[in-house]
Amino acid sequence: MFDSLSDKLQGVFSGLRGKGKLTEADIDQAMRAIRLSLLEADVNMAVVKQFTKSIAERAKGSEVMNSLTPDQQVVKIVNEELTTLMGESNVGVPFAQRPPTIVLMAGLQGSGKTTCCAKLARYYQQQGRAPMMVACDVHRPAAAQQLAVLGEQIDVPVYREDGSDAVGIARRGVDEARSKMRDLIIVDTAGRTVLDEQMMDELVEIRNTVKPTAVLLVLDSMTGQTAVEVAQAFQEAVQFDGAVLTKLDGDARGGAALSVRATTGRPIYFVGTGEKVDALEPFHPDRMASRILGMGDVLSLIEKAQQTIEVEDPKALEKKILGGGMTLDDFGQQLAQIRKMGPIGQLLGMMPGVGKKLKDVEVDERQIDRVQAIISSMTPSERRRPEIINGSRRQRIAAGSGTSVQEVNQLLSQFKQMRKMMKRMGRGGLPQLFGT
Amino acid sequence: MSSATDDAARWAELFGIAAPPGEEEQSTRRRGLLGRLKDSLTRPQQAISPQLAGVFAHKLVTADMWDELEEALISADCGMDATLALVEELREEAGQGRIVSGSEVAPALAKAVKAMMAPEPPKLEIGDSPTVILVVGVNGSGKTTTVGKLAHRLSELGQRVVIGAADTFRAAAVEQLAVWADRSEAQLVRQAPGADPGAVAFDAVSSARARGADVVLIDTAGRLQTQRNLMEELRKVGAVVSKADPTAPHHTLLVLDATTGQNGLSQAKLFGEALPLSGVILTKLDGTAKGGIAVAVNRELGIPIVLAGVGEKLEDLHPFDAEAYARAIFSGPESAETPR
Repeated sequence: MFDSLSDKLQGVFSGLRGKGKLTEADIDQAMRAIRLSLLEADVNMAVVKQFTKSIAERAKGSEVMNSLTPDQQVVKIVNEELTTLMGESNVGVPFAQRPPTIVLMAGLQGSGKTTCCAKLARYYQQQGRAPMMVACDVHRPAAAQQLAVLGEQIDVPVYREDGSDAVGIARRGVDEARSKMRDLIIVDTAGRTVLDEQMMDELVEIRNTVKPTAVLLVLDSMTGQTAVEVAQAFQEAVQFDGAVLTKLDGDARGGAALSVRATTGRPIYFVGTGEKVDALEPFHPDRMASRILGMGDVLSLIEKAQQTIEVEDPKALEKKILGGGMTLDDFGQQLAQIRKMGPIGQLLGMMPGVGKKLKDVEVDERQIDRVQAIISSMTPSERRRPEIINGSRRQRIAAGSGTSVQEVNQLLSQFKQMRKMMKRMGRGGLPQLFGT
Repeated sequence: MSSATDDAARWAELFGIAAPPGEEEQSTRRRGLLGRLKDSLTRPQQAISPQLAGVFAHKLVTADMWDELEEALISADCGMDATLALVEELREEAGQGRIVSGSEVAPALAKAVKAMMAPEPPKLEIGDSPTVILVVGVNGSGKTTTVGKLAHRLSELGQRVVIGAADTFRAAAVEQLAVWADRSEAQLVRQAPGADPGAVAFDAVSSARARGADVVLIDTAGRLQTQRNLMEELRKVGAVVSKADPTAPHHTLLVLDATTGQNGLSQAKLFGEALPLSGVILTKLDGTAKGGIAVAVNRELGIPIVLAGVGEKLEDLHPFDAEAYARAIFSGPESAETPR
């Protein structure tokens, strides 16, 4: 929906190309683009003002003014400053020196606390901890039931009661977890608005009762300008130690992360990236910075690829492909592995630059289904040496895959083209291919 | 005018039905959206945003004041587009001498917001039975709670309500809905966890027809608007409902959290592409003095705001009143109080 910062800055600076030196007024115009970009990403107004001020000072230095590519220089500075401001990478929840570690979850309604409890439990369970969850949300109907179901899914015990005394449940739940020698106790609480004093008092009382090792603020990444007030109010009431940013698998730019960080100085521990219980990832400030600026998320893409694609010997495969020796077998495998990473459209969206151009392009997954069917309908020798595929083989393959001879022909000619291209790349033809 | 009777009348008007006798008496306990908003906005630590207060404090109209107003509107999540349009409009009025001080900005702003959002009161016609209402939205926006509150309101107005628990994904979503159905005396149609949501929706509509119910509310699972397969699933739920009744769904309502920032636009756009939206329900308005995303969604996508949620209790849902909203959010509690 919105242009990325680099697109915006390109617009600002494109008129200035060949003009020689930049003026301060040019920089001011660039700052307006940055301001707009950050506001569209829901970074808080006050934070934006502060931030653009410090960027302007740096940008007016010689590195931008004398650069041939001022837009790139500005993007670089913004990205760097944003990453620094986002804080340390990969900070985990602090653990108690003497177990158990008690973690108290807090947040607005619908921010994702209950799901987050289960994700955290799962995350630390896989690291060898013995978690237990305590269901203290006595306000939302069936909240305790939800936590119990999630606990069962991941095999983590849940303490729950039927009553409405959240503080008492918290105390008894923690006692029970201690007696069971659990070393990580995660206390779920009801969602509350920061304006509701009674509910905020309840949270304070729970905190005073269970004396948590850490209080976590769970924040929806789609939150708007109000993120600052929310963070400040929770900060004041329960002094949270760090935040978890949820629902980052959507298209929210997540400026709220920056707002929280800049106004409270608290780190972001984790990000929630999906509905499944294992969709919790450590926070990476650099990735968050590019995301806020709408500049794609190459690192996440690479990581996703590393997790899902199993290449036995990447070097050998590369050599084979670039030597023009790629077979339809290799091609079919690659296709299958790429698809394992998720819908192609989503992958394209993660690539910088591509996101904008292809955002509205429908990727027809069924077309890829057909290609895979055609390849599967070939014999191993046909896949290795496609040139042996003659007319009658084509007919058989088309019939076997439920496609037409034309479609088979099309795939074969595309594959031939691709093989040629790869071979040229292998000979160092890469620059010609993509231009310099 | 008392806002309580006002509220009952608004509900009847919203649904296009007559309020049952005795309703007036019963509803004296309740207060309208204006009252509830005022309540949450006049709590000690919370008035209107300090930025807006700053704008209204200007003795004379200055360039600085317009900058401050722009910032204040952006800080209320109105988004750049709506903000610039509003500021432009007020500047014009000032140019014509109708605004000479900051304090005059308050009522003019409320008026402009109201005009931008809804010249007419919202409609959610309950027609030939059963009227099927599909409730959709992202995770955690408040769909289930809203369905519960809406069922309660409809029951109170004498409508027989069937609730279809088509959120078969989230753990205990059905149990949560069962509690609400119980409280609002609505019939709940459910299947086992993990069941096909389309099948549940179909069942709910068929069962409502068999029982001669008036309204079917279908709660769907929360989904992020970028999840293509889940959006496809939603489209299918709509198609299956149409199979049970070719005229259904009669209304598809998007539940939008009032604390949402600019992503609300993407939500409204992409949900609208999956199923044509007849309106937006703005939830959790009690938790924020903002909710400006409603202005942006309304302006950029033309989807009316029909209902507003202002608390956790059964009664805390109201027909959206653009004037009350605009006054409470953009002019502050003082001016929200005056004409009552």
